Amino acid sequence: MKPKIISRIKQSRMFESAKRKWFKFSRGKLSLVGLGMAVTSILIALLAPWIAPHPEDVTKITHLERVHLPPCFEYPFGTDYMGRDILSRTIFGFRFSLMMAGVVLTLTAPVGVVLGLIAGARKGIIETIIMRTADIFIAVPALVLALAICSVLTPNIFNAMMAVSLMWWPWYTRLTYNVTSSLRNEYFVQAAELMGASTFHIIFREIFPNCLGPILTKITLDVGWVILIGSSLSFVGLGAQPPTPDLGTMVAQGGDFMPDFWWESVFPAMAIAFIIMGFNLLGDGVKDMFTE
Amino acid sequence: MEIEVLHAGFITRKVGKLKEKKQGDSILVVENLTKHFKTSYGTVHAVDNIGFDIKYGETFGLVGESGSGKTTTGYVIMGIYAPTSGKITFKGQDISVPARKRPKSIKRDMSIVFQDPASSLNPAKTIKDIVALPLKIQGLVKDDAELERKVEELLNAVELPPERFMYRLPRDLGGGEKQAVAIARAIATNPSFIVLDEPTSALDVSVQAKIINTLIKLQKDLNLSYLFITHDLSLMRNVASRVAIMYLGKIYEYAPTSMFFQNPLHPYTKMLLASVPVLSREEEKLKPQGIKSRGEIPSAVNPPPGCRFHTRCPFAKEICKTKEPKFVMFENEHYVACHLYH
Amino acid sequence: MKLNLPKNLLKINDLYVGYKTYRGLSKVLNGVHLSVNVGERVGLIGESGCGKTTTMKSILRILPSNAEINKGEIYFRGKDVLKMDKKELDELRRKYIAMIFQDPTAALNPVFKVETQLADLIKYSLGEAKTKEEIRERCLKLLEEVALPDPERVLDSYPFQLSGGMRQRVCIAMALATPRQLLIADEPTTNLDVTIQDQILRLIKDVVIKRKLSVIFISHALGAVREFVDRVYVMYAGDIVEVAQTEDIFSDPLHPYTRGLLESTPKLTGGGIATGIAGRIPDYVNPPPGCRFHTRCNQRLSKCKKEKPPFIKMNGNRGVACWLYH
Repeated sequence: MKPKIISRIKQSRMFESAKRKWFKFSRGKLSLVGLGMAVTSILIALLAPWIAPHPEDVTKITHLERVHLPPCFEYPFGTDYMGRDILSRTIFGFRFSLMMAGVVLTLTAPVGVVLGLIAGARKGIIETIIMRTADIFIAVPALVLALAICSVLTPNIFNAMMAVSLMWWPWYTRLTYNVTSSLRNEYFVQAAELMGASTFHIIFREIFPNCLGPILTKITLDVGWVILIGSSLSFVGLGAQPPTPDLGTMVAQGGDFMPDFWWESVFPAMAIAFIIMGFNLLGDGVKDMFTE
Repeated sequence: MEIEVLHAGFITRKVGKLKEKKQGDSILVVENLTKHFKTSYGTVHAVDNIGFDIKYGETFGLVGESGSGKTTTGYVIMGIYAPTSGKITFKGQDISVPARKRPKSIKRDMSIVFQDPASSLNPAKTIKDIVALPLKIQGLVKDDAELERKVEELLNAVELPPERFMYRLPRDLGGGEKQAVAIARAIATNPSFIVLDEPTSALDVSVQAKIINTLIKLQKDLNLSYLFITHDLSLMRNVASRVAIMYLGKIYEYAPTSMFFQNPLHPYTKMLLASVPVLSREEEKLKPQGIKSRGEIPSAVNPPPGCRFHTRCPFAKEICKTKEPKFVMFENEHYVACHLYH
Repeated sequence: MKLNLPKNLLKINDLYVGYKTYRGLSKVLNGVHLSVNVGERVGLIGESGCGKTTTMKSILRILPSNAEINKGEIYFRGKDVLKMDKKELDELRRKYIAMIFQDPTAALNPVFKVETQLADLIKYSLGEAKTKEEIRERCLKLLEEVALPDPERVLDSYPFQLSGGMRQRVCIAMALATPRQLLIADEPTTNLDVTIQDQILRLIKDVVIKRKLSVIFISHALGAVREFVDRVYVMYAGDIVEVAQTEDIFSDPLHPYTRGLLESTPKLTGGGIATGIAGRIPDYVNPPPGCRFHTRCNQRLSKCKKEKPPFIKMNGNRGVACWLYH
């Protein structure tokens, strides 16, 4: 067959495959809402310096002449106890939260998945070591572990991310291990082994592509969870420190002034809820995409 | 009726010279093959001391129901399991080890087509990748262009037009088409021997006919020998040249196809033939009368002593419950292990 | 449910059913008609994807959520099932129609003992207050009726402790737990061994004759159908292409598809394997015009591409939908 025909066929197949995935995704109307919310969050995070009306307010700056101003035209979300524009800080808060989610998941997902693949494919002592280690990390309540780690180290956003990463990876291992274990006995894996395929090939080229569905779904849903845990850490003072515009920190600081100056806590909290909800709904859609 | 004590399929060491002659034209020889599995319920005696040979270019049929051990036999021959004891000889070479210990040249020469087409193909890969895999692993092609050409050739050989199927995913294919892909993959490395484990059991009758015809054509074109495993006796009648019937891990009868069907000797063979649903009066007449299916297959963890079929056999005698029957040659090449024929 | 047409227990009229997919509407059933008389055993044969399961699910209205019934009626004892309300449907499913499925393992709840499942059926279907002992007696009798050895042990077992054949017998017992009028058996023996298949088929036949049940026996295993039913419907791609008494269908098939099916079946007497039927089942989203089988038919006429052949009744209580017989 001529190369041109082949590439045309290949393209049309890929297009059809994408069309089918989109159909499955868009069947749930809420998934589309989630997609919109998630994309909005990401755009806000990326374009923060340009869309925030008062970008200078994220630094150690004070405007004591305009402290505790309620929401108005000039400052739609009001100002906080330092006179800083809460809208701008919230916008930058998106950036910090999503950055934290991004870093944590980029670290934990690949490591967790690879360990899960290896444990599932190679039974025996390697499996035991990996899975029991994962069990140990899972057994400790997430927040408690993070708190413990953070209180020992200097509280800052970097250490918070490390702490969360440390207790996040085993869930990916477990998920991947389950999928791998069930796929191991399928005939196509047997066939590959009989042909003489190396273990590397079987794990990464045969089994792994079939794990993508659950893994991508989990990553999407995890964005919300990581942000929640990170915000919780900041809320108790163990994560980002002021003046960093972390949403959790903002909620904590605003809490001192409730209920009189309610806008200082409420708007950052709503932002957290917005991001988490968006990614959760998106996660449902991603799951649908991979279900037959 | 000649009585010679034999190990079904070929003469044992007692008559040395004849063995040489027979083994010369056998591509696969199985001797005293046993496979036990240790499970939490006990030891499963999947296959117990069986032996047969497959000649070059023939289709050897292994028939039995679930629990008979026929699939396990196929898997041990392919090296998916290591034999518990016994010997498997392929083209004169001893291959009684699991597949990962076998040389690459042997792996290239033997392949298997599995029973379930859906699970045989990686759902995340295109047909091209699936069929190309053995070529890549064995290093049989130099570059992508040659790979594509070879895959086209293979798809054409199983009558799947390449332009329609190369970049499809398995889920877009029907059962028969998936199985055709599995066959294309099996012949990719130009093997001499293929184990066909119930290749058409999951398929409709009209699709089955196409696949079987493809297999027959390929056998002629590529000089293949087949071990054809199935429970479908009507199908076996039309594809195999010799048939062995297995029950609970043992072979009980063994004959060239026409003899097996026209003159079944073992009571289990008769029971199985009598249970086959047929479509015409001529076929009804061929079925053994006076024997109906009864009972269920016992557990392989504690197989009945003596002849394993005695719990369901309408002709069981006292000796059947204690002593295992040995093989006897009834007519030319027709062997049966049953106390009725001693 | 008092309206009673004398002979016709079930009558499906001109049924059109489709499924909504990402490419459009998959028009599976294309005007299916089928009738079962009181005490009659009817077979529905066809290969995978021809719509037999869709038809059966329509009778009990257990179609998936993306299915739509576009046209047609299903009369059971004179009343249209498709127009029944929830109460009537419940009654239909509990008292009048029973089903046996292909996979007994999936049909039985793995976490309850057999006794619990059987007893539940008896309690809910009959609605009478019976004592535990009476129910257990009833269950034991049912299990004996399906020739299960050691019914006491089976009652106290979980499904995973039983073999495939035994599970299917339990499913049959469940189908017969309460008096019914129609039994729908969807590939009841396909997953079983040949020798067990034979036993189960004989059992179902005995029970059905004894209880004067009507049966719809659905299968792609032609031989099993032949041994069991009086009359056969042949289905292809959502159309009923031929109907005849069992003897006639197998000894003198009229429709090219029926002929192709019979020729493709390997014979116990030998004779090689036929070439099968060329092509594959049509795409239901864009089905071929005219007769849905014409793309694969080796006897097609020019008319076959343009117009769908009507179903014509012929002598000897048979009928066929094919232009060759006009």
